[in-house]
Amino acid sequence: MLIRLKVNGEWREADVWPGASLLTLLREQLGLVGSKNACEQGECGSCSVWLDGVLVCACLVLAAQAQEREVRTVEALADGPRLHPVQEAFLEAGAVQCGFCTPGLIVAIVDLLERDPSPDELTVREALAGNLCRCTGYAKILDAVRLAAQKMAGV
Amino acid sequence: MSTRIRERVRGGVGESARRIDGAPKVKGQFLYGSDLWAEDMLWGRTVRSPHPHARIRSVDVTEALALPGVHAALVAADVPGKKTFGLELADQPVLAWERVRYQGEPVALVAAVDLETARRAAERVRVTYEELPAVTDMEQALRADAPRLHDQGNVLKHVHIEHGDPRAPADVWVEGYYETGMQDQAILGPESGLAVPAEDGGVDLYVATQWLHVDQEQVAPALALPKEKVRLHLAGVGGAFGAREDVSMHIHACLLALRTRRPVKMVYSREESFLGHVHRHPARIWMRHGAAPDGRLVTVHARLLIDGGAYASSSPAVITNAATFAAGPYEVPNALIDGTAVYTNNPPCGAMRGFGAVQACFAYEAQMDKLAARLGIDPVALRLRNALATGAVLPTGQVIRGTAPVREVIRRCAAIPLPAEPVERDPLTYPGGAGNVSRGEHLRRGVGFAVGYKNIAYSAGFDDSAEARVKLFAGAAGPVVEVHSAAAEVGQGVHTILVQIAREELGVEQVMLHPPDTLVGSAGSSSASRQTMMSGGAVQLACRAVREQLFERVRRWARARGLALSGPLAIAGPDIVADGRALAPVVEFLDPPIVATRVYHHRKTAPLDERGQGDAHVLFAFAAQRAVVEVDEELGLVRVVQIACAQDVGRAINPQSVYGQIEGGTAQGLGLALMEEIRLKDGRVLNPSFTDYLIPTILDMPAVVSVLVEEAEPGVPFGAKGVGEPSTVVATAAIVAALRQATGRELNRVPVRPDDLVGLAPPPARPAPPPVPGPI
Repeated sequence: MLIRLKVNGEWREADVWPGASLLTLLREQLGLVGSKNACEQGECGSCSVWLDGVLVCACLVLAAQAQEREVRTVEALADGPRLHPVQEAFLEAGAVQCGFCTPGLIVAIVDLLERDPSPDELTVREALAGNLCRCTGYAKILDAVRLAAQKMAGV
Repeated sequence: MSTRIRERVRGGVGESARRIDGAPKVKGQFLYGSDLWAEDMLWGRTVRSPHPHARIRSVDVTEALALPGVHAALVAADVPGKKTFGLELADQPVLAWERVRYQGEPVALVAAVDLETARRAAERVRVTYEELPAVTDMEQALRADAPRLHDQGNVLKHVHIEHGDPRAPADVWVEGYYETGMQDQAILGPESGLAVPAEDGGVDLYVATQWLHVDQEQVAPALALPKEKVRLHLAGVGGAFGAREDVSMHIHACLLALRTRRPVKMVYSREESFLGHVHRHPARIWMRHGAAPDGRLVTVHARLLIDGGAYASSSPAVITNAATFAAGPYEVPNALIDGTAVYTNNPPCGAMRGFGAVQACFAYEAQMDKLAARLGIDPVALRLRNALATGAVLPTGQVIRGTAPVREVIRRCAAIPLPAEPVERDPLTYPGGAGNVSRGEHLRRGVGFAVGYKNIAYSAGFDDSAEARVKLFAGAAGPVVEVHSAAAEVGQGVHTILVQIAREELGVEQVMLHPPDTLVGSAGSSSASRQTMMSGGAVQLACRAVREQLFERVRRWARARGLALSGPLAIAGPDIVADGRALAPVVEFLDPPIVATRVYHHRKTAPLDERGQGDAHVLFAFAAQRAVVEVDEELGLVRVVQIACAQDVGRAINPQSVYGQIEGGTAQGLGLALMEEIRLKDGRVLNPSFTDYLIPTILDMPAVVSVLVEEAEPGVPFGAKGVGEPSTVVATAAIVAALRQATGRELNRVPVRPDDLVGLAPPPARPAPPPVPGPI
């Protein structure tokens, strides 16, 4: 079936199998591999994207559900070489190791900070509880959120 | 060395330099194995056995091949070369024939135009099995009447260590029995890669792995190709932790690519990943510690039994590690240790972060606490009293030659301030968070302490080495260094470390990394906490050779000009400097570029003899952790409040990255303590998903407060020890010690479940030590 959707500000079309997930559409057909496939059942958050501004696991959304809607992915966050403050904070805090969870976490953190610019630690932990990271033990990810919040507040 | 770099280069050794792969990773542009793509690419899929033990009556691929879009379906007979592979023993079939020995064993392969078609084709491969009795218990496997997994019987490896007089009497004895569950590495990036057939009849494999060359050594013979025609390239690796030491989809993708003459990509699903790689060995450990009244250890008796599963993988090395570390980081004059790894029809077990030392630490640290309680000595004081130090003799007879700051890590860890008990608190901070329905009436706090250690690099006589090639050339904006190493960046940061070392050695800030592949010599594995020392050592040697060649060119140039060079030469920024004076730009001497290739070897080790004696390990890294936990005694829920850690790191080349390793390693130890276990029933995995196999989330992880103990290790590049494993080794033991203190329960099995904490499940008990292999 033919799907038309707006991805990162651009209208795109793709012919997909009716059972295909939005994640498969993004990764295999639109070449946007920044969203990762790690669990296929919405447990790990590695495929976090925005669908009409709402944070979703792209593996749990059918491609067909995105028909005529707007999707924003991790690829939209940096402006060329200029990184988003959350991306910058990840590098500064040392929050990246293997990096497989990183795009999903960055999307989830941007989503959080857009709603709540100065969350306390418990709020951050609750907000990111759906994003698994196997490398870092999360300490430096928490550092990165604090740092990003400061950067975004212009502190 | 007469030359020194005067001006500190930015991003050198000792700085928390930024990761060289950081920017592409945060932008989503870094290409992992599962992100690769090629024109005309097919998708491969594996057909796996649903049975833990069965005879294969027939495999019929007709229906699969008849499906439109399917390009190949292969069975064991289609493997043109060597039919088996393996890290230590080649006992594992590339594709099973006649018999399958574990659930998930590959039997056939298909390649199709897309993943969905490949999945459907795999379902249409008809395999007829005749189920066989399975041996799914590690002790049953040792019985004479147990089904035999392999011709040589079910004993995979037995290690026997006798030290001093094992019959030496002691004033006080404590005895204990301990079990650890089967843990999974739970790499977030699944097994994946892309095989591209080459015009020369060979193949290029882009794969997420820990050791390109050991893969090449197993892939090439299976394909009946010479090694040089099987070129491996490192794809982005989404975590490893031991799961990628063994071959997974490597040979399969190459077979399909060579058959179809098209690129073939394979990516495991999460379920397949759980079935398709080795796990941490479950262990049954019995120990008896004898001590003098003042707490000094006199004798340690230990029996360790681990389940190797259906194939050998690295089980021999894992049980050797577990046995050699069974007495812990303590000096013991007498010991008798038996370690046995057995074959069963359970999933194969192999490498995971900590590699045998984790299971041993869980047992010996529980014993130390028992002994402390029996003698009424403070547990920390008891550990200090027995701690190893340089010059100490291990149960293997090995004398510790390098640094062993065991007392230092214990003291530094114990000195970290304890967290305050909250006066008022959000119920979300109760154990179990939102799942805690109480008002915190039954919260108990406990504190536990553990010390452990791990060998760095490969042991027991293995000829461990790493090669690196360094090129210095003139770039548009000055000198540039290129480092070519096959070391696998698996997330731990080795590529950044290699760049930092090259900057430090050559004084050149602009260092780039050649993509890792098999066109340079082996770097060895990214495991055993070894790459900083091994590949770091190779880069250091190659840089020094490059620098010597450069200075030779400078001296020749100076002689030709009649210049007398009195002082030592150095590189400072863009210039060659002599006597603090700029002589000429470096780039003037780089036509042609300077290239040097060097191999680093660590000092030789020896295998253990029949009494378990031998200089088996290269060097050791130690860590101490103190865990503070809260247990809801009514609900069996746990919250780890704080982990304090002091780790012996030799010297930190990138401190931020060292802290990251400690925090991440601790998380995996916490996982084993509290939640992570592959549950098996009759050899079948019950929980192959992230819904059912739980790993720590950000809500589960406490603050990890770490201090680095820096005593440079002599004879090792920059004095740096590997840092990846010690925190994983000790975290489980420390957390369970804290749970015991909070609850007063025995808790001799990990992961500790809510049932164990509220007393619904009795602790596993046994009337006698686990058996050692009898006559076979």
